[in-house]
Amino acid sequence: MSTLEVGQELASKSYPINRELLVAYANASGDQNPIHQNEEFAKSVGLPDVIAHGMLTMALAGKYVSDISGSAAVKEFSARFTKPVVVPAGVDVSLVISAKVTAAENGLAKLDISASVDDVKVLGMAKATISLA
Amino acid sequence: MLSPDIVGRTFPGADTTLVTAESIAAFAAVVGETNLDVAPPTYAISITLDQSQTLLQDSGLDWTRVVHGDQRFQIFRPIVAGDKLVCSSTIESARVMAGNEIVSVRSDLHSGPELVVSTWSTLVVRA
Repeated sequence: MSTLEVGQELASKSYPINRELLVAYANASGDQNPIHQNEEFAKSVGLPDVIAHGMLTMALAGKYVSDISGSAAVKEFSARFTKPVVVPAGVDVSLVISAKVTAAENGLAKLDISASVDDVKVLGMAKATISLA
Repeated sequence: MLSPDIVGRTFPGADTTLVTAESIAAFAAVVGETNLDVAPPTYAISITLDQSQTLLQDSGLDWTRVVHGDQRFQIFRPIVAGDKLVCSSTIESARVMAGNEIVSVRSDLHSGPELVVSTWSTLVVRA
């Protein structure tokens, strides 16, 4: 991990999101809000379709970070939910995540994380601090 | 709307959550994580958001109109199976912008006296 350098761009990875994953995340996290599972309900509250949990998108970004540092080395992690990830039935939506190293000193590295679907950013100000130890 | 007197108050958690290996495995499986020695970085939300929801609903907030604005974690050490965590939550701010109510909640997860994870959630109640 000591090879991270400021300015370094880390390779992007893509993560498929589908309705089955939303159900799995709802069960694992306890967030059973019907806007993430029930198309009729989602539309009744003005959404275009079922949307992914913002925290699922963030959890997948967390996996991206864990793959760099290991889960145990993640010290801080933050994000804004700027756009909903719409998940139509029967479709794998591709969440694309990449990161750039913005600091690397005193045994810690900071990452700016980019997360987008169809080239539209879905997380804003997504940042992580990881231990390089 | 939340009553103004709730802002700044800390609600000590009454219940202890036992972190099971199964709950870590279920959360990890969703994101494809195979290391089950520690919980994934955002696992704490499965404890803190639920307690925030209960607290805010009890305080008069319409949860069906809530969307998640932003989220932050400070992880002092990773959560592991066997942790017995108590969640205390503080309503740090509540304000109205463009008709939407914006509520910021901090939750601290303690194992005994040890602070394990702090989370900050901004929740937007759509007008």
